[in-house]
Amino acid sequence: MSHNVESIVTVQGLEYSRRDNPIFRGIELTIPRGKVTAIMGPSGTGKTTLLRLIGGQIVADRGVIEVNGQDVAKLSRRGLNKMRRKMGMLFQEGALFSDFNVFDNVAFLLREHTNLPEDMIRDLVLLKLEAVGLRGAAFLKTSELSGGMSRRVALARAIMLDPELMLYDEPFTGQDPINKGVLMKLIRELNTSFGLTSVIVSHDVQEMLAISDYLYVLANGKIIGHGVPQEVIKDSNPELKQFVEGLPDGPVPFRYPAEPLAQQLEAI
Amino acid sequence: MIVSRVTALGRVGWEFCQRIGQSGFFLSSVIIRRPKFSQVFELFSEQLYRVGVLSLVIVMMSAMFIGMVVALQGYNTLQKFGAEQELGQLLALSVVRELGPVITALLFAGRAGSALTAEIGLMRATQQLDCMDMMAVDPLWRVIAPRFWAGVISMPILAALFNITAIFGGQLVGVHWLGVDSGTFWSNMQAAVEFRGDVLNGIIKSVVFGFVITWVAVYQGYFSEPNSAGISRATTKTVVYSSLLTLALDFVLTAMMMGGW
Repeated sequence: MSHNVESIVTVQGLEYSRRDNPIFRGIELTIPRGKVTAIMGPSGTGKTTLLRLIGGQIVADRGVIEVNGQDVAKLSRRGLNKMRRKMGMLFQEGALFSDFNVFDNVAFLLREHTNLPEDMIRDLVLLKLEAVGLRGAAFLKTSELSGGMSRRVALARAIMLDPELMLYDEPFTGQDPINKGVLMKLIRELNTSFGLTSVIVSHDVQEMLAISDYLYVLANGKIIGHGVPQEVIKDSNPELKQFVEGLPDGPVPFRYPAEPLAQQLEAI
Repeated sequence: MIVSRVTALGRVGWEFCQRIGQSGFFLSSVIIRRPKFSQVFELFSEQLYRVGVLSLVIVMMSAMFIGMVVALQGYNTLQKFGAEQELGQLLALSVVRELGPVITALLFAGRAGSALTAEIGLMRATQQLDCMDMMAVDPLWRVIAPRFWAGVISMPILAALFNITAIFGGQLVGVHWLGVDSGTFWSNMQAAVEFRGDVLNGIIKSVVFGFVITWVAVYQGYFSEPNSAGISRATTKTVVYSSLLTLALDFVLTAMMMGGW
């Protein structure tokens, strides 16, 4: 189940705790360049935390995270910003700037990081909006967008500077089947046409099996399985099987630990 | 029992010290950020409008009523001693030394401070600040610094406008309603008010209050818990802390100014 493709991100011996609660206990993974890699797992397993660690927004307790061969924890503020300019991130709710309209949201990075003239910015913004199918919505307010449209605008904004690495945080959460289909198509197409590397954090099993080239499944602070989708589906690991097949009881118990019911009722 | 109470007390003290250190570090980070000069004017003027201009109505209307009330109350008291001609002096000194900076600061905390905290807190809750950070755009410079400096600069201007409006309101009541001689009203005021001792000290107070209120507001917003209850708590804290700090600092500054520094 190992892969020897050139990697853009490598994570070695990652340990991270939040308020004495261990989130990761020695994670090892690599993200192959040019592929769509999915990081899956039940809610609360730290999938979003892993993206924040890769982006350098938080620092690991132990272990090394390298992006393009650079140790993220050792980068200065300037180095971190340089790395982030080659990275795009789609946040769970889109995180569009509520003061701006669609056009200004997508133009934000160009205005912040380049000195391009406004007419060129206009052309580039319209091209990116065209790529996500929302050129006609360029001058709508963000409050006028549906959830799916917000994510597509956020996607256009994230790819504005043609990043090498795209991080997607739960892109399908709360989306109807049509929007899910649109987002899956866009992620796959953008990955191919812009030559990106995509990392998608999600717990939507069917969508991830369909879209990804490689999968990692996290649970209880460890990687419980990884491989190409066909391998992960066939894996007999009971934890992995429970997650992939959506079984209500198993290694992850249905009931939260508690004293026996009869004992608790008697106590009352 | 005693050990656990001492431990709890120690924890509260430790958290308090942590907060103070964090807010000091946060303030220094905001102040030393190097701006992108091409954007400074646009970002700053937008915030000056939101923080300063939009606070004008409440500040000036309050000033008008406060000036009128002070004139009415002052006239009734001064009349008992046959000193009603001193109304201009009483009004100007009360307003310029104390009421102007303090009431403006309390109104500013309620109007602009709470709005700043809620806006920044909502940006935190909707991941806009995290998103900016991931785009290699420093949210301390892009979001916090323009709001902070707009607050610091707006406050003394609002206090000056408060003073002018309150004196105008007092003059309406004193001269036009209660019949104090207009010439005496203005000349007594001019003779009594000193630039350094009264006007300058009032300006210093309003700058200090503006600095502290805006610091509290942006800090509470930036470090608020990213949910509706967290934003609500942060907004309440901004109004409570900045009002108390204003009144406490007013006492300290007045004592220093009275003592001749």
